[in-house]
Amino acid sequence: MKDDRPWLAPFLSMLFLVVFLGLWHLATLKTEREVIVDPEYAALIGAAAATGGQSAMPGPAEVGAKLWEHISDPFYDNGTNDKGIGTQLAHSIARVAIGFGLAALVAVPLGFLIGMSPLVYKALDPFIQILKPISPLAWMPLALYTIKDSNVSAVFVIFVCSLWPMLINTAFGVASVRRDWVNVARTLEVSRLRTAFQVILPAAAPTIMTGMRISVGIAWLVIVAAEMLVGGTGIGYFVWNEWNNLSIANIITAILFIGVIGMLLDLTLARLARAVTYRE
Amino acid sequence: MSQPFLKVEGLAKNYPGVTVFEDIHFGIDKGEFACIIGHSGCGKTTILNVLAGLDEASDGVVIMDGREISGASLDRGVVFQGHALLPWLSALDNVAFGVRSRWPGWSRKEVVEHSAKYLEMVGLDGAMHKKPAELSGGMKQRVGIARAFAIQPKMLLLDEPFGALDALTRGTIQDELLAIVQATKQTVFMITHDVDEAILLADKILLMSNGPFARIAEIVQVTMPRERTRSTMHHDPQYYRIRNHLVDFLVNRSQDYAGENAITHDAKHPPVVTPGLDQSAEVVELPRQTSRAPAEKARAY
Repeated sequence: MKDDRPWLAPFLSMLFLVVFLGLWHLATLKTEREVIVDPEYAALIGAAAATGGQSAMPGPAEVGAKLWEHISDPFYDNGTNDKGIGTQLAHSIARVAIGFGLAALVAVPLGFLIGMSPLVYKALDPFIQILKPISPLAWMPLALYTIKDSNVSAVFVIFVCSLWPMLINTAFGVASVRRDWVNVARTLEVSRLRTAFQVILPAAAPTIMTGMRISVGIAWLVIVAAEMLVGGTGIGYFVWNEWNNLSIANIITAILFIGVIGMLLDLTLARLARAVTYRE
Repeated sequence: MSQPFLKVEGLAKNYPGVTVFEDIHFGIDKGEFACIIGHSGCGKTTILNVLAGLDEASDGVVIMDGREISGASLDRGVVFQGHALLPWLSALDNVAFGVRSRWPGWSRKEVVEHSAKYLEMVGLDGAMHKKPAELSGGMKQRVGIARAFAIQPKMLLLDEPFGALDALTRGTIQDELLAIVQATKQTVFMITHDVDEAILLADKILLMSNGPFARIAEIVQVTMPRERTRSTMHHDPQYYRIRNHLVDFLVNRSQDYAGENAITHDAKHPPVVTPGLDQSAEVVELPRQTSRAPAEKARAY
């Protein structure tokens, strides 16, 4: 059926957004309350806090202003604990890229090997099954102890969490390549190397890309938590730092950015996946 | 008599507890077109895979052109049942994939020209750059045939290549295959379930008895003149004799070669019959009711 009202879905999206912002605005409206504390105490700690009128939860306007502030100056640097959100995101993205890239370099060839050989598959399966469900953050202390560098440890954690989905998907994709296609290569006396690169790799590519997409999603989830632990730079550290500053507006801004970047990462891999997908 | 081009001796295939076929002997001469007919489960595809070098027999040898077959080789082109085209490559690249392997020293231009020539031969000049998913079932199988011919194998192995096609397309491609095979004098071994297809294409038809313990029960020489066409073939009185003989075998006799009351025959030299020349068969003329029903049934094979 042809969609004869293509504007309807975006319109509804906008509507939901407006309703949400409206409710948010109403919920955080500042109300003047009577002074309920001792005036002397109020004088001591500041009138606003004393009245309870100032909630730490900002309204949409406040967050919008903060957001604009960050967008207009994303890369400022006022010392260790006050860097622009662009800089923080760049650090996180770089960690994810390095960890994910290294994981791909290991997982794809290893997955290929596992997928090609039922024997290796069976031999490595128990290890994979046990290692796969371990929260990547559980590796953090071990990484910090052995690597002794918080930055590298964060990358290591990303590496570990990206590894499994790519490994398992590559092995599965390679193992389930249609027998016929491999037989074609055999009857045409195509060398093993050429068969691997020109038959098995393209045949398994969509499955491998699915694994990569899952991996990058998990990596982006994990980097925030990892950076909260290791500190220094990155969007996770930024969120934790702003929590210590009790700047909820900054935290909400950061959350928005985390969502947008996560979406962009997923879109990029989805685009790549589409490029290698074939129709049978 | 000289040795046939392809010689199969004592071929057998056992799985634990089951012998699919055993004591398979036959030969195919150079330029000969042999079809093999038999019920499902008699191991036709296994025999073809052994000839292709994709499967290993439990016993017996296959000798082609004086050398024993071991492993797959460019000497034997295979057309697979499910076309088996690589879906991410265009029709041209699918053919070129094999051509490049056959002649590794060729330049890209030579490979493309050679591949295109064979696609033109099967009437696909207009669809060279299409992906398999954009081609119809018949066109896909044509690409498969072009791919097998393009490597100029010493022998062609066809595993029920037209099984999945509709009757009209099947007829057209059969005619094309016939023309190409006659022009190239290609040696062919083909599995089919279609009795008419076998009569149209083959010089001889190997009849396989039912499995387990399947074997070659008979070799039917198709004695009709080689210049057959689908449209005129049924005017030849030989056609019905051969057809009746084949259908009769499939429906009534194929199960008589194993079990307790098995027909014993020399497996090394299965009887060679020429029902087409058998005048007596015509005199007897099978009763219409009985010959009809099996014919209807045979269509399903």
